[in-house]
Amino acid sequence: MSLFEYDFLRNAFLGALLVGLLAPSVGVYLVQRRLSLIGDGIGHVALTGVAVGFLLNSSPVLTAMVVAALGAIVVEVLREYGRMSGDIALALLFYGGIAGGVLLIGLDDDDNIPMMSYLFGSPLTTSSQDLIAITVLSAVVLLITVGGRSWLFAICQDEEYARVAGLPVRALNLLLAVTAAVTVTVAMRTVGLLLVSALMVVPVATAQQVARGFSSTMLLAMLLGVFASGSGMYASWRLDVAPGAAIVVFALLVFVVVAAGSSVFRRLRPARQLPHSFPARGATAAPKVVGSLRDS
Amino acid sequence: MNETRMADNEDHDPAAVVELHDGVVNYAGRRALNGVTLRVTRGQTMAILGANGSGKSTLVRAVLGLVPLTRGHVHLFGIPLRRFRDWKRIGYVPQRLGAGSGVPATVREVVASGRLARRGLFRPVTGADRRAVERALAAVGLTDRARDPVATLSGGQQQRTLIARALAGEPELLILDEPTAGVDAVSQEALAATLRQFTADGGTVLLVAHELGPLASQIDRAIVLAHGTVVHDGAVPVLASNDAYLHPHIHADRSLWGTS
Repeated sequence: MSLFEYDFLRNAFLGALLVGLLAPSVGVYLVQRRLSLIGDGIGHVALTGVAVGFLLNSSPVLTAMVVAALGAIVVEVLREYGRMSGDIALALLFYGGIAGGVLLIGLDDDDNIPMMSYLFGSPLTTSSQDLIAITVLSAVVLLITVGGRSWLFAICQDEEYARVAGLPVRALNLLLAVTAAVTVTVAMRTVGLLLVSALMVVPVATAQQVARGFSSTMLLAMLLGVFASGSGMYASWRLDVAPGAAIVVFALLVFVVVAAGSSVFRRLRPARQLPHSFPARGATAAPKVVGSLRDS
Repeated sequence: MNETRMADNEDHDPAAVVELHDGVVNYAGRRALNGVTLRVTRGQTMAILGANGSGKSTLVRAVLGLVPLTRGHVHLFGIPLRRFRDWKRIGYVPQRLGAGSGVPATVREVVASGRLARRGLFRPVTGADRRAVERALAAVGLTDRARDPVATLSGGQQQRTLIARALAGEPELLILDEPTAGVDAVSQEALAATLRQFTADGGTVLLVAHELGPLASQIDRAIVLAHGTVVHDGAVPVLASNDAYLHPHIHADRSLWGTS
């Protein structure tokens, strides 16, 4: 059987690849802010949004997006006014989101709500209309995260400086928060709400091991995200395992390989590019070796 | 409303680049700044000196609107702070690189963010932007490190990166918070040369320092703060430029500036 023989397989693959491209492009800003877990918090809140959708008999994806965006904005406002540590804000999001979702689902008379598919993803149910929606939303998100990266980089790298530079810091922060919420709900279909944050963060963590700059980290993370999504979907199709989990396991495997590889690489070339740091242990012997090689 | 407008225009000096009138700042239940008035005129290089905790950093942060004033008012280029929007005229050099550095960034990326005030929101990079960034890198001697991650630079080089970021916006006023703190002698000399060039081109400088080092000869006027009040206003005090000032352990704020 060919992979693209069926529309649903094709839709699932294309949707997953877009999500793989999208998630790290937002995640790079969250990692830079040291808010890696915020995507998870937004995901939990989106669960409440899904429940609201079922309760109101409207599109759960749409209500998830609205509720997740509201949650992201509330966290951003709390962060800005410094009323609450990021840690506590996250805890409230996590527990409030899950409890709200479970509570609201209990109110619904329908016993057949496919909660598992929202929690862990169900890419095979991606319809052609879903794919169009994913494509449009991806284009908007990428326009913001890639096209607006100079400004988003500035507010994440040094918010105070950005303020003195006259940038609309609050508006940009809210834009980033809403973009993260949109990304979470788009990715919900593929990897599920509980694993979406992994696809936002893990490729970035991998890329920053080897990249030297922000733009290169972002680009590499997006490529790694696409790779993890593609290979995870393929593995899921061939081995009949859960696609969301397979994608995240692939992303983590690449992280482990790159982390191990780059530490070996660094040990082989001790402190060559860091003339101002202290010489690594054992590096004092290195010049002699280089000298003797050159002499011979 | 009428009253505020009168206060806004009070003592209006067209040559003043920075004006702080009777500035009071309460910080964490403590009075960090206690009725400080200062005026920096065009082309001047002014230093704010004082020991740690004397309120000198709070002063520049209040001038920039990063810390709210409890009392008093600030004018930048003759415009009240809350109505001031022309931030491209100001280059701010904070004490150190922002904490948000989970992801690597190259020296050029950090310096280029200093161009955003001039570039406008969501506008593409122009040739003029690129040239300004290259000029700023060259001015601090970091052209050959432009592609390196800032985290791999020494403290002095990171400080120079922040100065280049401010210069990239081609400002008229530079505000530097402790540019000499923890910076090696070579970088201090580089900073002095950069500031000399900046003022020679007509720029105005307001800097906060604990020790002036090689900058001392360029300062037109110095204000010394102790416990949030001005205890000296005029020429650079002799002590500030000699060795005795460089050693904080002799409690410069008490014994040397004659307060308490």
